[in-house]
This record gives sequence, structure tokens and C-alpha cells, in this order.
Amino acid sequence: MSKGLSIVVVEIDRDRALAIVDGLRETGDHDIQVISEVSGLARRLAERNPDIVLIDIANPSRDTIEELTLATAPLERPVAMFVDRSDDGLTRAAIESGVSAYVVDGLRPDRVKPVIDAAVTRFNMVRRIRDELAETKRALEERKVIDRAKGLLMKARGIDEGAAYGLLRKTAMDQNRRIADVAAALVTAAGLLS
Amino acid sequence: MKARLSVAYVPLVDAAPIIVAKELGFAEEEGLELDLLRAPSWSSVRDWLAFGRVEAAHLLSPIPVAMALGLGGVAARVSAVQVLSVNGNVVGVSQALAARIADAGAPDFGDAAGAGRALAAAAGGRLRVGVPFPFSMHAELLYYWLSASGLPAPEGVEIRTVPPALMAEAIGAGEIDAFCVGEPWGSLAVETGVGRLLLPGSSIWSFAPEKVLALRTDWAEAEPELAGRLMRAIWRAARWLGTGGVATTAAEILAREGYLGLPPELVDRALSGHLVVSPGGGSHAVPGFLEFFAGAATFPWKSQAAWMGHRMAARLGLEREGASTAAKAVFRTDLYRRHLAGAGAQMPGASEKVEGGITAGTMVASDTGQMELFENRFFDGQIFDPSRDN
Repeated sequence: MSKGLSIVVVEIDRDRALAIVDGLRETGDHDIQVISEVSGLARRLAERNPDIVLIDIANPSRDTIEELTLATAPLERPVAMFVDRSDDGLTRAAIESGVSAYVVDGLRPDRVKPVIDAAVTRFNMVRRIRDELAETKRALEERKVIDRAKGLLMKARGIDEGAAYGLLRKTAMDQNRRIADVAAALVTAAGLLS
Repeated sequence: MKARLSVAYVPLVDAAPIIVAKELGFAEEEGLELDLLRAPSWSSVRDWLAFGRVEAAHLLSPIPVAMALGLGGVAARVSAVQVLSVNGNVVGVSQALAARIADAGAPDFGDAAGAGRALAAAAGGRLRVGVPFPFSMHAELLYYWLSASGLPAPEGVEIRTVPPALMAEAIGAGEIDAFCVGEPWGSLAVETGVGRLLLPGSSIWSFAPEKVLALRTDWAEAEPELAGRLMRAIWRAARWLGTGGVATTAAEILAREGYLGLPPELVDRALSGHLVVSPGGGSHAVPGFLEFFAGAATFPWKSQAAWMGHRMAARLGLEREGASTAAKAVFRTDLYRRHLAGAGAQMPGASEKVEGGITAGTMVASDTGQMELFENRFFDGQIFDPSRDN
């Protein structure tokens, strides 16, 4: 475990922030703070004066951190995007996982690397969880639409559930479309006709 | 053989040449399949480009210059190979500040000197101004205009970085008093009733290079054939955008959910040059509000880069002559000439000009005889000669 660094994580979502902080704690006795409020971000960061700032690449407020790259007062420390020239893979992994790290001038790469590694792992993990959640939600929505379409067919044509599903599946195959799309079209059309 | 290229952009009206190149088949004509990546921030665009996530990007024209001067979070070699758009920004103010400005002289929309005087009189305390990025034409135009109007900037005002899509929200929430932003985000502030437009950017500098097509320098040199195909596709899209009568079609394409995701009517204002200045107000014609093609708009003049380098160096205490040289080197007139000559682009005889020195349309020497340059002046009448110590 290396000597602690002062780290700020900019993240609005509390659960994500906690997951990331947990991962970082494993790499050393760091002083970690979470900023979840994006207004006045540059000022808040300047007040805390951390060694490392971690922020989601998708966060539009990231551009405000760019102000800090122009250190204008004597007490301010210039920051730069973390780029490890000797380890291109790490920089690429960081970008792909969606984390951007800003590091103060003069901090040794070997002190920063474990933190970035942990951040990349955690960002990947929370992204996977988020993707899975979105996928589950989507599947549920589709399930609902298919059930409604089945109900419409059963009522209109006096067929049972199995036959209604068979009809949806056959139409989807004939038209080279997904069952969920055929069902959605049917539900929309039925809504217009009723 | 069909090649796939990834291009990053920020959702703005001036990303049009890249979006149109894909949507209207100009890229396909060159055998290219473009993957367009909508970016949440300018730093993302720059990083994606610098670290190879994309091959090309829609970029604020001062970013490659700043990178060449070693400014900003990332050091990488990036080239500006053509200008994607000239002008297209608006300066807007909160309703409260607009009322004080009206009391202080009610300047006409487009009167930069009058608006500057009225703003200085109405400011009352330290003005908070939003710009999309520290290295942007928005920041450069504001500093130039405010300083010449008696509000020394950036030192005398508080400049805050606010992403374009959040500008209307920031002024609505009272976090800033004024902004300079690219369209359609200024019009959105008007439409949502939180702000009012004070000036078109073109009234501060009538021919300001706004966005560039940026390539990683090593990629542009290693893949000249692909770079040429991409540049020609985008150049032809710009030529189409410069044709009269296409604004409505272009607005429909840009407005789509995957691109800007806003009503076409809002997008159309910048494209047709008819801006609505105040909530519920009438539309105001601004000739030359946003130029994609005419007046040699696509040519990456080295003098434009030199002006930006010179301004940044003066502000940040860098050595000016070196900054000017470094800046000129990233505006790649050589690549423009090499890749676009075959496509029918007119080539000016010179690669730099006196910026701010053209008071009306002027004919200059070109490879095919003559070509027209449009009005190019600063609101205070200053001129910038890149060959002299300004």
C-alpha cells in the first residue's frame, strides 16, 4: 500500500460513487472525497486542491476541469490528463472504460498507476451493471408489449395464447423483423383503430 | 474498397458538414462508411482524437493551436486540415441584464460597439460569462470585445466553462449573466424564455474561423489516401450546405434525435441566418451569420491560426513569435492543397492574409484566376498582419 493521495471523484450517482470509492480504498490509505454537485465544479476543485480528479468521460461538466489546466495564480497547481507514455494500454483502457483522470503536475506515474488501474476496473464494473440493468428493463418492456399483442390477437381472432404467439412469431419471420417489433406495431395500430 | 472511419462531433449546427457528408452520400461516393460519435464535451472529442478512439473530429478552431502551444490537459500532435465553419456564435444575456442594457442605451442587434458600451454601463459588479471551453473562439471573441469595450477580460470578468447544451439552463438558474455559445443553444435560451440575444458573433469579427476538421498528425501523414477521401467528402458536403435553398433540408437532418434532437425550426434559425432575438419577438436577418463554404471559408488560413496563437500567448505570458510560428504549423494548408485540388476547390495564391483588413468582398489571386474573399473586419477596425509584430 502506498502513502495516501488526495483524490476527488466527480459523480452524481451515489451508488456508482460508492462503488468507485470502495475500489480506490483498496489501493492505499487515500483521502477520497466525492463531489456530486456539478455547478461551480472548478471552484470546488480548486478549494480542495486534490492530487487526482476522477470523472466520467460522459459527464459534460468535465470541460470545466479544463480551466484548471491553466494555472494562473502562484498557489494553483497545474493539472493534466493522466497519460502514461510508457503504458499506452492503460490510457486506452481508461478511455474505453469511461474514466478520465486529471493529475497534478509532478506526481510520479508509479504512484498514480494503481489508482487508475482500480478506477478502470470499477468504472468497467459499474458500467456493466448499468448495461445489464438497462437490458433487463428493455426485456421487461418487450415482454409487456408482446403480452398485450397476444391479448389483442386472442380477442380479435378467438384463438388461444399459444396460437397468438405462433402468429406473431410467423409474421416476424416472414417479414424478417423481431417479434417485439411486430407486437409493438400491432399495439400501436390497435390503439389508432380503437 | 469501402473503409470505415470514426468521426467525433459535439451536437451543434456547425457539425453540419460532417453529418451531411454521411447522410447525403458524399462519404459513400468516396467509398467511406462514417461512424459518427456524438460527444458529451469538448475534452472528450479531443481525447478520443488524441488517443486514437476516432480518426477525425469536429473541433473548436483554437484547440489545435492551444495543443501546439502545450496548453490544456493533453499533449498530442493534431492538425487542422480544413475549416468546417466560419462564425455562427451568439452572445446572449439574462433577462435581468437585458433590462439594464435596454436602460443603458438599447443597442441594435449587431452593433458590437454600442452593445459593449451598454454592457459596461449595465454590468454593475463582476459579470459572470459562460463559454463552452477555455480554448474556443467564443472565449477569444468575448475577450477581444469586452476588453475593447472597457471591461478588461478575462481578468475583469468571471469566465465560467459551461457545455453548450447546458448554457440555457445555466442562465435560467442564475449561474451566469451572459454567454457566448454556438447555435442552436443560444436560440434555445430565447425559446425557453430565460435569455435574450445581444449580438451575433460575426459582429465582433466578421470572418472568424469557428470549427475545424482535425486529424491526428501522425495518422494524416501515415494515411494520406484515407485523409484525402474524408476531406473531399466533407468539402463537398460544405459546398452543398453553401448552396442557396438547402437550409430547410439541412435543418431536418440535423434536428434528428440521433444528432441534435431539437425541433427543426430551432436549428433552421442559424442555417437560414434569421435569428429570433427575444422570447416572442420577430426574426432578425443576419447576413453571413454562419458560413460553410463561400468566401474561401473552408481554407485553413495560417493567419487565422497566428491570430489565435498571438492572442493566447499575450494572455498567458508566452513568447509571441514562437507561439505564432507553432500555431501556423498546425493549420495545414499543404494538406488542404494536396487533397482538395482534385475535387475542384479553388486555391488562393497565398496561405496567409491580413486578418481584419477587408471591409467589403474582394477578389484575390487563385490558381484558376481569381476568387472572392468576404468582408473580414474586427468591430473596432483593428487589423492583424501575421508577418509583423502586432
